[in-house]
Amino acid sequence: MQRALLILPEKCTGCRQCEMACSFEKDRSFNPSKSRIRVFDIHSQARFIPYTCTQCSQAWCLHACPVDAIRVDLSLGTKVVHDSLCVGCKVCTIACPFGTINYNADSGKVAKCDLCGGDPACAKACPTGAITYVDAEQTGYGKMRHWAVKTDTQTAAQV
Amino acid sequence: MHHVIIGAGPAGVTAAETLRREAPADNVTLICGEPGPPYSRMAIPYALAGKIGEDGTRLRQRDGHFESLGIAVRHDRVTAIDAAAHRLTLAEGGSLAYDRLLIATGSSPARPSIPGLDLPGVHACWTLEDMRKVTAQLRPGTRVLLLGAGFVSCIILQSLVQRGAVVTVSCGSSGRMVRSMMDETAGGLIMAWCRAKGVTVLTGGRPSAITSAASGLLTTLDSGLTAESDLIIVGTGVKTNTGFLAGSGIELDEGILVDGWLQSSLPDIYAAGDVAQGLNLCTGAREVHAIQPTAVEHGRVAALNMAGKPTPFGGSLSMNTLDTLGLISCSFGLWMGKEGGEQVRLLDAGRFRYLRLELFDGRLVGANTVGMTNEIGVIRGLIQTRIRLGGWLERLKRDPSRLAEAYVACAQGLAAE
Repeated sequence: MQRALLILPEKCTGCRQCEMACSFEKDRSFNPSKSRIRVFDIHSQARFIPYTCTQCSQAWCLHACPVDAIRVDLSLGTKVVHDSLCVGCKVCTIACPFGTINYNADSGKVAKCDLCGGDPACAKACPTGAITYVDAEQTGYGKMRHWAVKTDTQTAAQV
Repeated sequence: MHHVIIGAGPAGVTAAETLRREAPADNVTLICGEPGPPYSRMAIPYALAGKIGEDGTRLRQRDGHFESLGIAVRHDRVTAIDAAAHRLTLAEGGSLAYDRLLIATGSSPARPSIPGLDLPGVHACWTLEDMRKVTAQLRPGTRVLLLGAGFVSCIILQSLVQRGAVVTVSCGSSGRMVRSMMDETAGGLIMAWCRAKGVTVLTGGRPSAITSAASGLLTTLDSGLTAESDLIIVGTGVKTNTGFLAGSGIELDEGILVDGWLQSSLPDIYAAGDVAQGLNLCTGAREVHAIQPTAVEHGRVAALNMAGKPTPFGGSLSMNTLDTLGLISCSFGLWMGKEGGEQVRLLDAGRFRYLRLELFDGRLVGANTVGMTNEIGVIRGLIQTRIRLGGWLERLKRDPSRLAEAYVACAQGLAAE
């Protein structure tokens, strides 16, 4: 059974523990700029929104990669960047319409959420239950995928 | 049913794989015009820089990938198409029959008419074979002149510098860098950055002649300025590979004109990728968008239609990203603006940061960025899904750097406030 991150912005207090946990897990640093999940602070609307890759089925990043460096992990359904193959061309970063795959100038490669191989550090670190790791079939997952579907070019052309 | 695909770039390879999945009982032949396994031209700069080996340029890394899928790969070139007979003439001799044909032959460097362009030491850097020739002559300290300052030249520039070459770029008559993707301000920042990094940028007109001198190749610009180099790399634009279609009756403009299903004017013949002139999402006109994401999307949609699953093509978004010696720039959609629209600009020349947004009817329609990489993809998201910015329109006019915030808020239904 595949699992997914369920993000409930209304529960987020903006503590940024998820960003700290992610950057420590992936970069061995406490550095939000290296985090693969980002908490948006929407001042004007008094809302915090944790935001990361939804592992969308369109897999824009994967299809945009010219060197086969992004592949699907079949057991988790994640789209994973293989550092040994990534050349740092950044085409995936402009092709992903969610902006959730980003270039890391230090490594010269791109980075995105891979659900920490099935044990996401952000969900473990979240003290308020705004980020949980749940069965993909559970209610709420469809809502997350909704953005992905909306961005399909064919759908867009009909709007 | 026999599907034949001419060209094994991203469009052709994606189409072959899609056909295999969607029409498992059909035969699929992929005609590859160059030796070796299908590879990515986009990866050449990284191989030239020595960051990856030639193997790293392969479009599919797995050995035997195409064979295992039952896709027949044939190394040959097509010299003519007989559309009425559904038959191709091949360069190695013989012919090949098809039921449905996909033309994905891409593009080639355009050769400007400059005397001396055939001298030894003057190369394109477009194919792996070109790259091998350049690499063989490249040593630390080698003086390289790049003719043209468009995207292809600029992406090679970084590789040459990384290999220790002493690089000069000639911008041609426009005197600008990457003018087809960046505005004058952005191009100016890139030029200043390159100069600060030790690259010589020539804005003294277009080259009028190349001659061989004792100390190397001497290039004269029409302003009279001269530049001496050991190697010249020609990067003055590309043209679509349609020569073999002469006499076929296919409708051509800049590329092969395709309809909303990526079919050409001839029955059972489709086109995809750099050679195809298809719908532009932003303008509604048909344009050649020679970029990887469009090639892949073309290949997928064309293959679905060839497999008998009618799928409209929603239109492609022109976009690109360039890394010039560590300065990253991007362009999206109608970055040059749209009549009746509004423009917002944010410039910090000292820090080489620039953001230009083009807004029309309450939506984002285009952008240029320099020195920004975080969540850059939301620009595509905003343009492609035609998100109404609502209250965010005014916020973006005051501070365009809040773009990602605007996207996330709008996607969460917080646009109207």
